[in-house]
Order: sequence, then C-alpha cells, then structure tokens
Amino acid sequence: MAQTQSGAEGLQSLPALLQRNATRFANRPAYREKEFGIWQCWTWAETEKEIEALALGFINLGVQPGDFVAIIGRNRPYLYWSMVAAQSVGAVPVPLYQDAVAEEMAYVLAHCGARFVVAGDQEQVDKVIEVKEQLPNLEHVIYLDPRGLRKYDHTRLHQYSHIQAQGRAAHDELIGELKRRREKLTYDDTCVMLYTSGTTGKPKGVVLSNRNVIESSKNSAEFDNLTEEENILSYLPMAWVGDFIFSIGQAYWCGFCVNCPESQDTMMTDLREIGPTYFFAPPRVFETQLTNVMIRMEDAGALKYALFHHFLEFAKGGAGEKYGMPRRKRSVLTFKRRMVRAWRYAMGVGFAIETLIENAIRLFFYKLRYGKDARKHFKARDPLGLMIYPEPLKSYFKYRMGDVLIYGPLKDTLGFGRIRVAYTAGEAIGPEIFEFFRSLGINLKQLYGQTEATVFITVQPDGQVRADTVGVPAPDVEVRIDEKGEIYYRSPGVFVEYFKNPESTASTKDAEGWVATGDAGFFEEGTGHLRIIDRAKDVGKMADGSMFAPKYVENKLKFYPDILEAVLFGNGKDYCVAFINIDMTAVGNWAERNNIPYASYQELAGHPQVLDTIQKHVEEVNESVAQDAMLSGCQIHRFVVLHKELDADDGELTRTRKVRRRIIEEKYADIIDALYDGSKTVSTETEVTYEDGRKGSIKATLEIRDAKVVPTGQKMAAE
Amino acid sequence: MLDASQDGYITEDGRRIGGVVMEMKNITLRFGGVVAIKDISFDIREGEIRAIIGPNGAGKSSMLNVISGFYVPQEGEIWFRGERRPPMKPYEVARQGIARTFQNIALFEGMSVLDNVMTGRLTHMKSGLFQQALWKGKAEEEEVANREVVEHIIDFLEIQHIRKTPVARLPYGLKKRVELARALAAEPKLLLLDEPMAGMNVEEKEDMSRFILDVNDEFGTTIALIEHDMGVVMDLSDRVVVMDYGKKIGDGTPDEVRNNQEVIDAYLGVSHD
Repeated sequence: MAQTQSGAEGLQSLPALLQRNATRFANRPAYREKEFGIWQCWTWAETEKEIEALALGFINLGVQPGDFVAIIGRNRPYLYWSMVAAQSVGAVPVPLYQDAVAEEMAYVLAHCGARFVVAGDQEQVDKVIEVKEQLPNLEHVIYLDPRGLRKYDHTRLHQYSHIQAQGRAAHDELIGELKRRREKLTYDDTCVMLYTSGTTGKPKGVVLSNRNVIESSKNSAEFDNLTEEENILSYLPMAWVGDFIFSIGQAYWCGFCVNCPESQDTMMTDLREIGPTYFFAPPRVFETQLTNVMIRMEDAGALKYALFHHFLEFAKGGAGEKYGMPRRKRSVLTFKRRMVRAWRYAMGVGFAIETLIENAIRLFFYKLRYGKDARKHFKARDPLGLMIYPEPLKSYFKYRMGDVLIYGPLKDTLGFGRIRVAYTAGEAIGPEIFEFFRSLGINLKQLYGQTEATVFITVQPDGQVRADTVGVPAPDVEVRIDEKGEIYYRSPGVFVEYFKNPESTASTKDAEGWVATGDAGFFEEGTGHLRIIDRAKDVGKMADGSMFAPKYVENKLKFYPDILEAVLFGNGKDYCVAFINIDMTAVGNWAERNNIPYASYQELAGHPQVLDTIQKHVEEVNESVAQDAMLSGCQIHRFVVLHKELDADDGELTRTRKVRRRIIEEKYADIIDALYDGSKTVSTETEVTYEDGRKGSIKATLEIRDAKVVPTGQKMAAE
Repeated sequence: MLDASQDGYITEDGRRIGGVVMEMKNITLRFGGVVAIKDISFDIREGEIRAIIGPNGAGKSSMLNVISGFYVPQEGEIWFRGERRPPMKPYEVARQGIARTFQNIALFEGMSVLDNVMTGRLTHMKSGLFQQALWKGKAEEEEVANREVVEHIIDFLEIQHIRKTPVARLPYGLKKRVELARALAAEPKLLLLDEPMAGMNVEEKEDMSRFILDVNDEFGTTIALIEHDMGVVMDLSDRVVVMDYGKKIGDGTPDEVRNNQEVIDAYLGVSHD
C-alpha cells in the first residue's frame, strides 16, 4: 500500500520530493550553515533554485544519465545539493570519505569510473590530481572553496559558483532537458552508491535505489514521528549511509532542516547553538561528552560537585526514565497545558532555591569543621520541605527540581536541550554512558543497521530501551536467525547489488531477497529484542572447543573510560590475550591530577601505574565474563598496552573506526608471539603513516602483564 | 617611481610582481657607539615575498623596526609608494598601510580572539569616542562592516573554533596565527612578519607557510619576513636579503643567495677579519 501511495503522488525520487517541499514548505528553513560567524539559512524554495542552477550547470558541462559524480568534502549544504542535482540529471552521486588518503580515493574513483568529481577544497582537489593518472574516465573536477586554487590549470577544473552561473545563463535552453530527465526517474533507478568501509578487503560499492532510500526514510520517520519541525546537525561523514538517510532521505521526506557546522573543530559549539531535536551519533561521541563532563565536574566547586552527584544518583535510579522523557508527539500548546507547564516549573524552581540554601548552609559548617577537605565529606541532601510529600509525588518534585538545577543546564551545555529522539549505532554503547544520557531525560535509543539495509534492521521503540539489546525489527523488516546464529533480514530497504561485483552480491543476498548480515545474534525470549554477539566470522572456537567471541569481551573493556580500543586474540589457542589502547584524554587527565609527568603517548602507555590500573580493569572484566557460561573461556590471561594508537591511516581501523583484526594480527605478530610464549617484555618496531602519507617508525619495549582469571571449572562445579 | 625600468615581472608560478613599493636607501642606524645597520639599501616590490635573513645579531629585527617606524635611522632615506617618508611615529606608519607581527607575541592576553583581531581594524574606524560610547549611527555601521572583514579573516586563517576563547588560554602556535590575523585585519599594503615560525614544530611551520603563501596569493599583500629556518625561507620567498653584522652581504633570488660565498661563510662561521 505504501508503495502505491508514494507512487500516486509521483514522489519516486529525491528530486521529486524536493519539488514537493519547495511548494509545501516553501518558506521553512531547509539548510543552515554557519559561515563568517552567522548562521546562513536557505529555505526549501531557495534550495530548489540553487539545485536547479547546479543541475543545469551539470547538463551544460556534459553530465549524462548514468554517469557517476563523486562527492568529497566535509558536510556543507553545497555538497548535499550537488548530490540531489546529480540525481536530477539522471547521474548517480557517490560520496567519498573526506579523510581517505589519495590511493584509497583512487580505488573508489576508478572502480565506479567517475567522470565528475565535486570536491570541497584545495586539499581534496590535490588528492584527486595526485591520482589522476589512474583515472582515465575522469573529465572534470568542480571545487567549492576557491582558496589556493587560483593558480591551478583550469581546463578541467571549475568553480562551483561558476557552474551554477553557467547553469542560470543557459536556463531557457536547458530547462526542458532537465525536466525531461527529472521525470524519467523511476522508483527503481539508482539513488546513490555508497562504498562500505570494508573491515576486510577492498571497499564495495553498495547500490541503493530510490525505493530503498524513500521507503526506509518514510518508515523510520513514521516510527519516530518525525515532522518538518525537526532540526538536525550534520557532522558525520557524508559517505556513510547513516548521514545519507538522516541528512537527505529523512530530511527530504519530512522536510526538516539540516544544519551544517562551521568547521570540524566547532562541532560542539555549533551543536549547542542549534540544539537539534533529532540527533545521531556513534557511541564514541557520547563517550567523549561524558568524559568531558566528568573531567570538568572534578574542577567544580564543592556545592556544585555534591549537587551534581546527588541528582545524578537519583536520576539513574529510574526517575529519569519515569519523569524525564520528552513526549512522543509534539502537543499543541493550549492555555491549560501552558499553565500546567508553568506550575511544574515554578514548583521546580521553588524546591531548587530551597535545596541551594539548605545545602549552602550545611556546606558552610562542613567547611568550618574540615577546612579544605570539606569537598570529600560533604554530601548534598534533599530539602526538608520535600519530606511532607508521599513517595511518587516526592520523586516527581525531586526530578523537577533536579531539572532546574542540574539536568536542564547540563543538557543545554551539551547541546541536547531540545532533543526528542537520539540514536546511537555502529558499535555497542557502554551501559554507564547510555544510562547517564537517558537519566538526564534524553531519549537516546539504539538501532542496528547496515549500508546494505539502507540503515534500519532493528530499532528500539520508545519505552522499550535497554543498553544490551538493539531493539525489535524495524517497520517492514523481517529478521530471521539461521542455525549457526547468523542474522538474516529482508526489507524494502535491501540494496540492489554491489557495483560490478556479482559474486559478492550473490553470496550476500539470496534469490528471495534475504541478506546475510555477517553478525551473530539471538532474539531474547519474552521481549523479542535482538541481541548481537559478534561478527559471525570472528566468532571462533578455542583449542578446548569453547566459544570465542572477541567483540563481546572488547566491548566490556572499552566501557572503561581509560580504554579507547581493545583487540582480543585467542581463536584456536589455549587461552585469550589482548592488546589495549589507552584513552589519552582520560589517562592524561588522571596523570595530571596525580603529578605523573609524561612526554608522549608511548611513555604514558608504558607507565607502571597505568598498567596497574588497566590490569585491574582486565581482571574485573574477567570476573564479569566468567559469569556467562557460554563465553567464560574468553577471559584474558595476558595483555599488553600498545605503544601507539590504532589508526585508520595505518590501515588498522576502518574509516568508521572498526578494528581490522587480520591486519593487526599480521602487523603485530611479534607481540602476539610474545604474549603466548610467556616472556615478560617484548621489543618491537612499528611502521606508522603520518597524515600527509609519509611513513616513519616507532620502536618500543613493552611490558607484558598477566591477569588473574576466574577458573571456569570451579565455577561450573559451584553451579 | 624612482626608476622607470622597474616594471615588474611574472614569477614561475604565475604571480605578478609589480614595481617597487618600498625602497631603503643607504640606511644606517646607531645606538650610541653601536652600529646596528651599516649603509644598507634594498627594495621591496609590490606583491612579492621578501625575506631578510642572517645570523643572530645581524640587525634583521632592527631593520624591520626601521621599516615600521619604531626606530628612526640616523642616515639614509626610506621611500614608500613613490614618496620619501619623513621620520614618523609607528601609528602614522600603520595608517600608511604597514602592519606587523612580533617575534614575542604581543596580543591582549585577556581579550578574546575576536576582540584582538578587531583591534587590527582600528586604523579603519573613524567614529569618535562619543559615538562609540552611545553605540549609535556611524559607530554601529562601522562595527558591522569591520566585523565582516574580520570574520573573513577568521575564516581564512581557520580559527573559527577559538573565536570567543581568551588569547591567554591558547597554545603558542595558535597565538601566532591570531597575531597574523590581527595584522591582516588592517588590510595592509605591506605586511612585516618578525620570525613567524620561531619555536614551532614541523607541522605548525607547514601550516604557517601555507597561510603566508595564501595571504600573498589571495589578498596580493606584499610581505617582508624575517626567518631563521632556511628551508622555509628558500621555499617561500621570491627574493632574499642577507645581513651579517649590520651589513648587507647578499641580495637576490633564493638560488643566487644559496650559492653566494659570503653567505655560506656567514652561516658556516668563517672568522671575520
């Protein structure tokens, strides 16, 4: 039914949605970008004009239907427009990761045979020029920011605004052609081609049709009640399917506003200024924010510090879930609702003032007694006035006053003051982090998805959110699990094919449209929520036949703020060993507080006290892993803290920061050997690649630590 | 112009270098008995990057201070844009369109980056104290117009993320960049950079070099710079003046200077007799 409906409206492509938005939401904001210190805004009507000019310019330049137009750069409205403009003329946009090095870029550009490239700035243009010998199909490069490019040879290089100007000049003769091409677009034409980052081997081009993108956007928008009122901040790589769906798919379907940050470094300030209502981030972003909040609270005054912890403790106990969550539907503000809201706020403010005064007086006496140590002994307390209320009312008032004192200001500082729905995906999120944000009243949920599924496989519905599951199947998605535990799905969002790679397509997608995710998982009994264990191919067997699921253990390790990355080895071996990367921000801060001097990452990573801390974490993880009868064999017997951060530039991580196990295993074979042969230290030399592509090497002697493990046999006997 | 033959030329990378914009003629500067600069003459052409190099104590900074009007030489003439310049106060020089940065950063530490860069626009503000205080009419218009120029420079030097940060909280490399921004805000005809890359690491140096080249390319600003890092100087500049013990020992393109025996001696430390 859904398909015929959108077909009847004639909304079978993104350019068609653009036309609809330009009339329906003509004067609503479509794009904002901060430039020169001011948020510049384009309405849907203006956006339509801009895209039309660019599309005409594309035709003028010779873009043919079926051509590939590569797009490289940071998130800017102009680049989003170039995607839709390319679609308008029948071409296929191919967004690329902007931080990819030239050779990576060359592979993708050559693989799709892109005839045109739209690049953000000089840096990207330089990369394309560097590899142009390998790209016989490349004809024209269009750049956005002319800075530093004036002296370049302009025979095949064009400025974005000039292309638009040429398009406007040729408006009358080419508009007919543009309309013809726009009308020819069908529901099954290719909408976009996205290259997967590829944890193994070369990236694959995933072809998504208009049907995939529009159906997925529509279903997910309805699932979360998204309207044209939403605001999002687009800061994730444009080459990633998530950004394509949020910043283009859903934005065009709902007609909401996409905000682009001023530069990569200003993301946090811009987030606060925009205050998005709908937000998407990998767990890492939430992790960083939590770490920053905690670090800054350490420097706060005694009263603030005590209140912060007092209210956070309270909210974590379930009060946040109960009283803090935003309404699912935007309500019409009637007089009565306004009054209720005002009353609640007044109640909150009243109690907040009482709390502040009472605690300030108590703190004064603590200071008299303990002097500088008051901070350690002082705990905040609820105001006496609250005592007279019975339990549910008491918690309610307490949450409201926490909202006035702590949660509200904190959410505002983080830029989450207006969030209605926030998602995290890509990796497992630490339960601590998840709970922190949810207790503040931020509706943070998890979803599980893939490029091949046009993002959505399972999502958590409001009210059924937990840290350890990824939710129930998304609307219109069927999910099944085969006998080996691998997850399969089928949906309208299932990709068309891998570009020029029929073998991979055939091995991933069967004739009935079921797609293998490559992840192992199971449905929880009772709730019907999906739980992911690991990548199916990473799940192995230990020498004694017990199950080896590295990701499960690594995630437990990564939930400690001190640990940035962990890699577990042990497939086919007697016991498990691990590589650990420390988190420079958290550990550096700790070192500063404890007067531990260090000169470099390497020195800090090798510090005996750091190793002691990490060892404690590892042993705690071992205890927790031992609880799980199925995975108790995965306890870490020996570990090493690596002397360098695992890095995408060295090929150790993908551009989306997923661990490339095989490459790490080969590269650090000497360390792994040392972990298994019982030696106490290991000397190693590692090649590193700098950001500009030059290579160097780091030498180090690493200390290997043994961690306590919980004997599994005993445990079983006890049970 | 002084010399009709100085019409300018086109560099290898396609930049147009114009005629002479500033000419120093037989400058001598003494501090009591110490002769800091001894009878030096050289010129700076429009649109070029001119470097002044030399070992420690060669008189490079003194030379820059002479150009910026901080020191008045005892002998010699300074010609700027075809006119002989009488002895001037530094602020008068600044009004003529010469801006500079300092070897030891001289920013207002307590003020934000934005405010610091705005001070660079002072020479372009004409409204009086009273108007400024009332924030009416011309003062307001002026502030808006000047802010726009400043925002373009902030964008150009990629310091948007520290726009509102107090300068005291910034690391050294960024402070240097803010100082460059402030000098650029004056929209100078001649920009003097006193060791823009001193104390920086390789990456910061590369960034700074790129900004200097971009400034020259984008705004067509004439730049005179002092620098110790020979690699940087040779890559950046169109022409180089070499000084040693207050005397000029070489003048020409980087290649000419590199092969000049006197320059090699000065840098390798041959005894002076």
